[in-house]
Amino acid sequence: MSYAPVAPGSQPPLDAPAYGSTHKRHPDQAPIRIAPTLTELAAPRMTESLYPSNANLAKGPGWEAQGERIIVAGRVLDEAGRPLQGAMVEVWQANAAGRYNHERDQHDAPLDPNFKGEGRVFTDAEGWYRYTTIRPGAYPWRNHHNAWRPVHIHYSLFGQGFAQRLITQMYFPGDPLLPLDPIFNCVPDEAARSRLVASFDLDITQPEYALGYRFDIVLRGRQATPMENPA
Amino acid sequence: MSTASQTAGPYWHLIDFPEWADLLRGDGPNAGIAGERITLLGRVTDGDGAPCADAMVELWQADPEGQYDGAFHGFGRCATDANGEFRFTTLKPGPVRAAGNVFQAPHVTLSLFARGLLSQLVTRLYFAGEALNEQDPVLNAVPAARRGTLIARPEGPGTWRLDIRLQGEGETVFLEV
Ligand SMILES: [Fe+3]
Repeated sequence: MSYAPVAPGSQPPLDAPAYGSTHKRHPDQAPIRIAPTLTELAAPRMTESLYPSNANLAKGPGWEAQGERIIVAGRVLDEAGRPLQGAMVEVWQANAAGRYNHERDQHDAPLDPNFKGEGRVFTDAEGWYRYTTIRPGAYPWRNHHNAWRPVHIHYSLFGQGFAQRLITQMYFPGDPLLPLDPIFNCVPDEAARSRLVASFDLDITQPEYALGYRFDIVLRGRQATPMENPA
Repeated sequence: MSTASQTAGPYWHLIDFPEWADLLRGDGPNAGIAGERITLLGRVTDGDGAPCADAMVELWQADPEGQYDGAFHGFGRCATDANGEFRFTTLKPGPVRAAGNVFQAPHVTLSLFARGLLSQLVTRLYFAGEALNEQDPVLNAVPAARRGTLIARPEGPGTWRLDIRLQGEGETVFLEV
């Protein structure tokens, strides 16, 4: 077993001149490609008993966050289209005003005492995940003059193999900041970029409650090139 | 085509659970599992030698028998501190079986996520003085002159240090799978 090679243009380079923080942090040397060993074919088993889920960032006992409530749902699949069951999905985000509940975030926008902005869910047998939150706000980030991040939710995923580990961001459709954002635009392939944008979904939308957005995620698949002597 | 990676950014601490850096925590999945207790630490620095104080380091390793499917949960996560330092407490992994009926030397995989990293950097931590290091297939895929960037040195009893340099002189070897 091995992992399928990464499709050209589908992943961002580490050296992205328009994104200032990469300048001193990207390695100069190319990574060394290794044949996956047992270490890379296995993966930590992230279970709900070890890592309790939290599927509602917007409301809890005695509190409710400010902002536009939304539901986000989607499927986690591998590159062959197979659903990944039990994938752990962590999300984190700014509040409705564009401020993170984080000591380093000094943006002059109000903190919401009822919004921490951190959630965790697991996929079901069909690969579906779902959580309720509030729509985050855009925020400035000083990468260049008048730089604002498009509205986004950060995602962290664990699949069934080490090489499926992924951290990414989900964006919102129609955001005028998307064409201006160096982080979004560092993904070379236009189709790959557009798959980072969620779609409005009337089936996920709940009447008299919240708009729904659909965001599917594809993790790297395996290809059946047998090792000379599989362990 | 797999979904594109994006940076974890500076505010990933919203999913930081500091207790995860201690794989042997009393209420954790590995409480009571026998093995050699070790501390792994290191400092993450950038191309200017400045500390990366906002990085997330994830650890993935086998159990003391070299197995990934036993009771041991070989995953940890640690935030670097103001000096760019990470620190894990865990059990020393055993040799892991590889193709061709050889064994990989005991090793720990480290993944780095941070502002300025558009996808994770993956490297390995080996232990200085292990006889199996000589025949390890991954170490042998690395040019000899750079191999040392993957080998942790002892720093006091049961403590091993591996500093990680993202760029420039002494740059750590990163791996692609
Ligand atoms: Fe963000």
